[in-house]
Amino acid sequence: MSEVIKLRKGLNIKLKGSAEPVLETLSLPATVALKPTDFPGLTPKLSVKPGDVVKAGDALFYSKYHPEVVFTAPWGGKVASVNRGERRRILEVVVETDPNAGSAEFKKGNPESLSAEEIKGQLLKSGLWPFIKRRPYGILASPDEKPLAIFVSTFDTAPLAPDCNFIMEGQLGSFQAGIDALAKLTDGKVFLGIGQKSVFGNIKNAEIRQFSGPHPAGNVGVQINHISPIGKGDVVWTIQPQDVLFIGKLFETGRVDFSKVFALTGSEAEKPKYFQTIVGAPVSLVTGGRLKKAGYKQRIISGNVLTGTRVKPENYLGFYDSQVTVIPEGDDYEFFGWAKPGIEKFSASKAFFSKLFPKKEYVLDANLHGGERAFVLSDQYEKVVPMDLLPVFLLKAVLANDIDKMEQLGIYEVIEEDLALCEYVCTSKIKVQDILRTGINTMIKELG
Amino acid sequence: MKFIKDIFLKTQPHVQKGAKFHWLHSFHDGFFTMFFVPKNTSKSGTHIHDYIDLKRTMGIVVLALVPSLLFGMYNVGLQHYKTIGELATAGFFDLFLYGLLKVLPVVIVSYVVGLGIEFAFAQMRGHEINEGFLVSGMLIPLIMPIETPLWMVAVATAFAVIFGKEVFGGTGMNIWNPALVARAFLFFAYPAQMSGNSVWVALGKNDTAIDGFTGATPLADAAAGNINFSVADAFFGFIPGSIGETSTLAILLGAVLLIITGIGSWRIMVSTVAGGVVMGVILNIFSGSAALSPEVAAYFSMPFWHHLIIGGFAFGAVFMATDPVSAAQTGKGKWIYGFLIGVLAVLFRVVNPAYPEGMMLAILIMNTFAPLIDHYVVQGHIKRRMKRAKISA
Repeated sequence: MSEVIKLRKGLNIKLKGSAEPVLETLSLPATVALKPTDFPGLTPKLSVKPGDVVKAGDALFYSKYHPEVVFTAPWGGKVASVNRGERRRILEVVVETDPNAGSAEFKKGNPESLSAEEIKGQLLKSGLWPFIKRRPYGILASPDEKPLAIFVSTFDTAPLAPDCNFIMEGQLGSFQAGIDALAKLTDGKVFLGIGQKSVFGNIKNAEIRQFSGPHPAGNVGVQINHISPIGKGDVVWTIQPQDVLFIGKLFETGRVDFSKVFALTGSEAEKPKYFQTIVGAPVSLVTGGRLKKAGYKQRIISGNVLTGTRVKPENYLGFYDSQVTVIPEGDDYEFFGWAKPGIEKFSASKAFFSKLFPKKEYVLDANLHGGERAFVLSDQYEKVVPMDLLPVFLLKAVLANDIDKMEQLGIYEVIEEDLALCEYVCTSKIKVQDILRTGINTMIKELG
Repeated sequence: MKFIKDIFLKTQPHVQKGAKFHWLHSFHDGFFTMFFVPKNTSKSGTHIHDYIDLKRTMGIVVLALVPSLLFGMYNVGLQHYKTIGELATAGFFDLFLYGLLKVLPVVIVSYVVGLGIEFAFAQMRGHEINEGFLVSGMLIPLIMPIETPLWMVAVATAFAVIFGKEVFGGTGMNIWNPALVARAFLFFAYPAQMSGNSVWVALGKNDTAIDGFTGATPLADAAAGNINFSVADAFFGFIPGSIGETSTLAILLGAVLLIITGIGSWRIMVSTVAGGVVMGVILNIFSGSAALSPEVAAYFSMPFWHHLIIGGFAFGAVFMATDPVSAAQTGKGKWIYGFLIGVLAVLFRVVNPAYPEGMMLAILIMNTFAPLIDHYVVQGHIKRRMKRAKISA
């Protein structure tokens, strides 16, 4: 193991309701669904129609511009419905699960003895390919490109994030198989970013780099910036640890196994802990009967409080998420809220008395705590971005639609999650993640 | 609490677009959001947001100004009674009350005029009211000589808000510090009324000054080569000057609050002081030069650190130069920006006696150059990034 990369900038938001290290296995949900909206930039084309019977690992839809990239059923059964939104956009493809549906069969084998083409073919066919994302832009990896390297961050520093060490218990063998498969897909290296206490220290076939520091030290984008920053024309791939497991299990068993561990977290969860279910399970499966009974509104988030998606119990969990967070909605007026001493108000700034209690955990709600304004303060964003980057200038370049400047100021290196803390700390309540995605979309449109 | 909320909620429908009192929308919204943090929740992006907002930020700056304001009131009374020779018979409360009655109208005029214009612009543009003027409205009175006629305060405030801020798009878009624009406007538009020695001490119609009274500020004296103020008086603030700028101690109290809360940039404060010290030392070194007239040589040789406690240097460094909108935005840029303010302020004071208050002009000039400084800092950043990108590829 090489030296520790110490990051100073950043912020740990101490929320109440972190998951206890207890795992409960949930029963098979009645329905599961894949949501094309989970994949930025995807134009989906359906492969099935309602009434069709599928096995786990059979395609439900595919990418219009890369038909070889298919999205497969996490569990077999009958296709129940295709839910569409505005302009007939596909929102969900729902499958009624059948406990005995079984899985499509794939080739078993040690990834080390398979060729890159065989591995790629298998990942594409089984529907595991979409778990691989590419930087720049944080979109689906294209099967035509060869990445300079593949990055996996094995720890998550986001608020209330699940503990990857706990999830990985007893499964390191499959993880190793997954890494072996990934290593074949790049001419460069597979980099593994690990945290302070890590079970991943002995993984082979990968370069291990240890990181320490507050959030976003666990973000793969930050780690790439410190290991081998990407410039114009560079492409690297990223994948999350639980998704590496899927790949490993595919080659070990010849079947797809989409079992995934989710952490139920947040101040509104009765008993925050871990649950085993499958990708695409309904939100209510995890939250049903497990939230505090409250007289106020609650907000359920698939993902963490910084980057997650707001969902309702009848929706389905996000494809890439491994966490469900529930916080109070906070849609109420607060009398002279801005003038109170603020002992119970966690803040990155030093303008509240809560600063005197650095160890305390807080209940934070979804209120904006103020109105939206123009950029007024400087130096706020830089403090929470541990990268060689000037976030405000990058965002202003996006607002001015100046492609050259965006490129020069590093739009290739960041996606929403990397600047999410800027949005949290912003005094002017500027929608940093929305602005950044607009910029990324412009880049994709103009430069491809 | 609840009944105030009910009043706002009940009147809300009547000020919406299309309703009868739609032209009061910004007014209503401004006060409603001041009394109650709105119930708006996150619609996209992060689900949680920091409790800090612009109201809190500006509120803390106003709080930091309170020591200067209170001391300013006291000092206005002190200078008045001193001048009419009745200091011995006047008690603390006499002094303070006199000052309060003189200063309060200036503060009220500044806020009423400034906020009125802000409300009107917010209404015209359909924006929310920006809190920036809460601070500007307090800064403007504090940098006025006490005898500035109220109508001048009103005109200067209007000029500052309209031409110093709103024409650029409002708070966050302005190039210059609005409060300094107000001061500079008066300085150049009404030079006869705004300079000289009679504006610094409040005197009633029937008051007569004692013999030997000049009313000159230490700064004006120094510019004339007459350096004879007491250092302790200048530090504690018992000298004539603009309302809020005389007490270095009160300003330091404000500075401590701004630095502890992280709301004022300590980088700018430190580098401004450093710039002033460096320029002061340079002047000290050249004070022996034969080319200087005796008055100028005297000012040259004034101990360099005296510059920090007379005139508006301390006030400017803590409350004016640190305005985040008109200052440099990059870390390195802030060091350069502050340092040059300090250098220019002392240079203007000493070398150009036509403008004794060099701080105001130094900050306005550096406000103008701040975007340029940032431009070069950003270019340097980009160059470094480009180099790095080549190595990795």
